[in-house]
Formats: sequence, structure tokens, C-alpha cells
Amino acid sequence: MVKEMADIQAENVEIEKQMREVARNLLIEKKVDMIIGYAQGTVPLSSSPIFIKKIEDVDNLIWNNLCYVNLARYIVPPLTEFVDNEKVELKVGIVSKGCVARALIHLVKEKQVDPEKIKIIGIPCNGVVNRRRIEKELGEKEILEISVSNETISVKGKEFEEVLPYQEYLNELCKTCKVKSPPMSSSLSDVIVGESIEVASVEDDFVDLDNYESKTPEEKWEVITELLSDCTRCYACREACPMCYCNLCFVDQNKPVWFGKTSEMSDIIVFHLVRAMHMAGRCVGCGACSSVCPMGIDLKLINRKLEKIVKERYDFTAGLSLDVMPPMMTQKMEDSEDFMLGEH
Amino acid sequence: MNEAVVKSKQDEEWQPKIIAFLCNWCSYAGADLAGVSRIQYPPTIRVVRVPCSGRINPFFIIKSLIDGWDGVLVSGCHPGDCHYISGNLVARRRFAIIKELLDFFGIEPDRVQFMWASAAEGELFAVMIRKISELVKKLGPNKKFEKKW
Repeated sequence: MVKEMADIQAENVEIEKQMREVARNLLIEKKVDMIIGYAQGTVPLSSSPIFIKKIEDVDNLIWNNLCYVNLARYIVPPLTEFVDNEKVELKVGIVSKGCVARALIHLVKEKQVDPEKIKIIGIPCNGVVNRRRIEKELGEKEILEISVSNETISVKGKEFEEVLPYQEYLNELCKTCKVKSPPMSSSLSDVIVGESIEVASVEDDFVDLDNYESKTPEEKWEVITELLSDCTRCYACREACPMCYCNLCFVDQNKPVWFGKTSEMSDIIVFHLVRAMHMAGRCVGCGACSSVCPMGIDLKLINRKLEKIVKERYDFTAGLSLDVMPPMMTQKMEDSEDFMLGEH
Repeated sequence: MNEAVVKSKQDEEWQPKIIAFLCNWCSYAGADLAGVSRIQYPPTIRVVRVPCSGRINPFFIIKSLIDGWDGVLVSGCHPGDCHYISGNLVARRRFAIIKELLDFFGIEPDRVQFMWASAAEGELFAVMIRKISELVKKLGPNKKFEKKW
């Protein structure tokens, strides 16, 4: 996609302005009772979710390259339902970049979200900066200010200022993202800021996986254990994921205990392996898991593979349409059996 | 232990241990048929009877590998023959993903095998077990999930 070379920051400011206007109107017209959006985080390089009920709070909404949280996370169970004093469910407007809207559409498909109770405030996204990588790059230095322009990220702190290339510090999944704005094939009642796009299906060649997949099992094992070796099993990735809404996660089950609770390599691998299995056909590639990882582990490799499996086997991309049944919720007589043991 | 016994144990070829989840309605009966027909197959499998291949939680497979089984076999009814109409079809999609992900994580994909066997296919069952035993034997003992500490 060729994009006009408008300054990213200026573009974001413009989106932010329009988004606040839309949000304000929705609240004034009482089309929604509450708005979930992004607000300035308490430390630089961060953003935090905000729940707005009063019109005057609308100006706290922000939009920039550090809005990495997937807001769909906040309306799925088992989190508290949003109700008023009479226990009537509130209608919620959600500020949605492409991946948030996709997550919402998929959650509607899984019957976790009532489409009548949400309203998508769609905004175009131009990628999220991976803050963990920046923090890693700068080491101990304390970051006080950050600004993003078309090609560079300039980071300022006490007695230092550094300029980093923008494209390189973009979230890995944002680099391959094909759905930057909410897909409009959804029949959810949307309000869109800026241009809307029509996405029926996503074409992807997954070349970024070719290098890894051509390795032998031993080499793969080495790469993956190296990648995950820092994991402390804090489950931040699970907490940030809009698709992880089980009442009792498999890691917390103790009847039976499926696998050990240590941060020993075999246990870490099993956690990530089973997490991946549960995500197949459901991961929308928002990269929230990588952004929140305190150890800076990038789960992009695994998430891309999941995308690839369901795309190649079942021609499905999560969260594009309300009409297509997710692959793990249905089956066909003529599904491929190429992986099975044959007679010959 | 007697020295001669120790010696003979050492000389013995390593045999893999394979856990086999067989569906009650087809594969288990198939294995039974192989037994009553006195068809010979390697004594590498240990059978667990499950109601349907759709009953297999991916964790059954992972847990078996953690617990040190060298191979895992899951067998159910042929598509269309499922006692519960579509249990094996649901399972098939799940298995495809399990298999691809195991491969992706660098766990030898040959360790985990899926197949269909009906109650009438005693011969086929024996052939498949021979084949799987060979495949797993080639891979050697399952050490990836061994605890280091």
C-alpha cells in the first residue's frame, strides 16, 4: 500500500482531534453510555486504558504510536460487566484500530460480546512502536520524552537525546499488518474516523517465516528455547490478550496439574505451545502480548505461524467478517488429511 | 541382579514406548481384532481407551510427552463413521494444528501420529503399529521435555 508521506505525528494529532469530536458527539447524543479509549500513561513510552462516562473527560483521550493495548480486552468476561446503578448493561463505545475491531468481531462470533451493546469508533492506525525494544536499546537511561516523525523516533531524557529509525522499532506484527483500519464488512454499528476500508480477505505470503521453517527440528528447538529462555511465566501476555477470557486458565488448573509451575525450560515451552494451540484461528495479531512482556520477548514468530496455519489450511483470517465461521468452531468432511499417517 | 541378566539387558535393542489413544467404537475394536486374529505387531504400544477421538484434549498429547513417552498415537473412526457424528472431524482440525505447532517448536513431528482405523481393520492396525514403532525408534528416546533441575 502506497501511503502519502504525511508526517505520522501530525496525522495522529488529526485523528486524535476527530476521535475526540466523535466521542463527544456519541456521549451528547446518548448513543453510548461509556467510551473505552487510550489515555496518557503515567510514565513515558506508555499509554493506559481510560473509561469515560462524563463529556468533559473526553479530552483525556489520546491517540499515538504508543497505544499498544488491545482495548477489546476490557469488555470480555470474566472482567466486571459495565452496568449502571439499576444493573442495566451500558452501551460501550470502543476506540478501535484495525486489530481491536477484529478482536471485537471475533469475540462476537464466539458469543462473548453482545453486538448490540458495543459501538466501534474506528480509527486508522499506522503501527505501534515497540517500547520494550527502545527500553532495551537505551538500557539504564531514563526516558522522559518521545516523539515520532515519519522516519525517526527521537527519545529525550536527562542529558541525552537519541534518534532511532522508526521502521525498525515498529512492532513486528505491525510490519506485516494488512488491516490497519476496522474491516467494514462487519455489520457492527460503526462510526469511522477518517477513511474506511473494505477488507474481504487478506493476502499474505508469510515470507518472514520461510527462514525459520526451513530449519531442522534441532535448530528450531534451539531458536525457540533461546527466544523463550527469558520467560518468567508472569502471564502478562495472557492478561493482555483479548482472546484469553477463560474463567480458569489451563496454567491455573490443579485438577489435574497438566504441567509444572516452574520457570524451567520444558515448562516454559509447554506453556507457550499450549497457549499457541488455544490461539489458533483466533489470534488477530495485535501484538499486545509482545508489547506488555516485561522481559521483552517477541511472540511474533509464534503468532505469525498461527495466522499461517489457519490461512493455508482453512483460508481464514480472524476477525474480518461476522459471516464466516472460525475454523476451530466448525469442520468439513473434506478437510485435508496430509498430516496423518497413511497406509503407504 | 545377576551379571548375565545385566549383560543381556544391555545387549537388548532399545524399544520405544508409545501411548495409544484409541477410540472405543472403531480403533479399540480394531486393535482387539488384531489381537484375536493373532496378528503380530511390536509390543511398543500401551493402549488407553477413550470414548471418541474428539475426546482428546491437546494436553493429553503434551502431557504424555512431558511424562517421557517416546511417541503418541491417536486413532479414531474414519470420517463419516463417528459414533458421535462429527467428533473425529472436529478432532481432525485440532490434530492438524497440534502437529504443525509441534513441528514449529522443533519437537520431532514423527513422535505424534494420527490415524483412522475401523473395527474391521485388524490387519491395517498391525501394519500401522509396525510403521509407527519404526518411525519412533529412528528418533530415539524423547529427551526434549526432560527436566534439567
